[in-house]
Amino acid sequence: MPDENQPIIELRDVSKAFGSQRVLSRINLKIERGRNTVIVGRSGTGKSVLLRHIVGLLRPDHGSLHFEGRRIDNLSESALVPIRQQISFVFQLNALFDSMTVIDNVSFPMVENRRGKLDRERIRDLASRCLDVVGLRGFENKWPAELSGGERKRVAVARAIALDPPPKVILYDEPTAGLDPQRSDVVNKLIRSLQREMHVTGVVVTHDMRSAAEVGDRLLVLWDGGFIADGPPAEVLAATDPRVKRFVQGVAEPTDLRTLTG
Amino acid sequence: MQRSNTLTAAVAEVGARAIDALARFGRFWIFVALILSFIPIELLTLRGWRRLLPQCFYIGSCSVPVIMLTGMFIGMVLVVQGYAQFDEAGLADRLGGIVNISVAYELGPVLAGVMLAGRAGGALTAELGTMNVTEQLLALRSMGADPIRHLATPRFLACLVLTPLLTCYADLMGALGAWLVFVGVYQGESTPFWAYTAEMVEYWDLFGGLVKSLFFGATIGLVSCYKGFNCRPGAQGVGQACTESFVLSFMMILMLDLFLGFLLNGLYTIWYGFRQLI
Repeated sequence: MPDENQPIIELRDVSKAFGSQRVLSRINLKIERGRNTVIVGRSGTGKSVLLRHIVGLLRPDHGSLHFEGRRIDNLSESALVPIRQQISFVFQLNALFDSMTVIDNVSFPMVENRRGKLDRERIRDLASRCLDVVGLRGFENKWPAELSGGERKRVAVARAIALDPPPKVILYDEPTAGLDPQRSDVVNKLIRSLQREMHVTGVVVTHDMRSAAEVGDRLLVLWDGGFIADGPPAEVLAATDPRVKRFVQGVAEPTDLRTLTG
Repeated sequence: MQRSNTLTAAVAEVGARAIDALARFGRFWIFVALILSFIPIELLTLRGWRRLLPQCFYIGSCSVPVIMLTGMFIGMVLVVQGYAQFDEAGLADRLGGIVNISVAYELGPVLAGVMLAGRAGGALTAELGTMNVTEQLLALRSMGADPIRHLATPRFLACLVLTPLLTCYADLMGALGAWLVFVGVYQGESTPFWAYTAEMVEYWDLFGGLVKSLFFGATIGLVSCYKGFNCRPGAQGVGQACTESFVLSFMMILMLDLFLGFLLNGLYTIWYGFRQLI
């Protein structure tokens, strides 16, 4: 039985580089159970890379990752399967399988991980309920290509929660990217309700400061491979650090403007 | 000093490219080993068959018309090209045998393989490449499913098993096309056409052609899946992977055809000697 006070996910001294480009530099992070942690930062600062490390899609060059106290960065792909059954990932591009209908997409994690426990009818029933949670009942037999951006995102969220038992952690990579403000609001509320009602721990990577403030219990700012701010959203949004301030207010860095102004 | 630096940089560049090529070669064979390792479990589970059969339909059944047309035209063209010379030498009746040997042993498997590389191989690379750039392969992994087992192994198996079957269609239609032109256009006799075909085409020719097609099918499956799994991001990356997949499959088919030709001829010589002995 995991210790409830222990961080559900912990990154210790994690570094990652792609060739000569250093993306993460000795990152230390403890994700608390049952809360939404939001990571913001400029494009290309390694937010998605960090998320992919958590679920073992990338391996750190240095440091270690722990899930419920167990080190997972050194596990083989097959040994990672039980961990991945507890951590769901909502991808930035949704990653719905084009060759499957909505219901088959949502059923996929349960079909893949049932190990004889669930029959087809039960899986279909659970998948329909997950679609109900995201407000897409009646979309079962549609194809991903027939859906709008917001609907696809919600199907991706439905697929993320479609596990029996439900996932302990959901990782959201840019959940509101490309959505209009109203659709973004729907997704934000969905993330919040999953955390409150299903007690799912959320790790959200986003550029959207409004979304960050709405869904986050804790907000971190990733900058040049490390965190420069960490705290409750209201506190971070009011931070005096000029880099954080500029990012929060959406003001470009003078170095970025140099090419424009000459 | 400047010259020495340039030289060092050039040598370093060559070295880096050689290491990169070696690494890609290694990655390809690891990919192949993984595909092969999943074959038994895929064939022993219902879910494996559920993944395999749609691929068989797409790669096999949907390719039948194209392969049949290709085979038919090969047979027709060979008769058109050869009839005048054979007729002048008074050997027109034997044309059926010659054309059908060529179709069964050489042109049928090669052209069926090339057509399949273009039709099915290109589509496989495009499909897997698109899944790669839209994070679907990552999504599979994140859900505890192995993309190689789920996507590459069934496609490889379908290519492996169905290329010889499609080659049979190409061979049959090649013989039919040759007969149609021989009888319909050049007013040749049907009986000697088929009699010489039966006399000249040995089981060995059919067997050799099918063995070749088995290798061609494996090549198409492996190359197209590998290129799809390893394509660069974006539409251009997928397009480039499709082109590379077809070109590489085509070249590999021709190279394999040469080496298998040597090997099969050698085996035939041994077998023929053994047969004479008994």
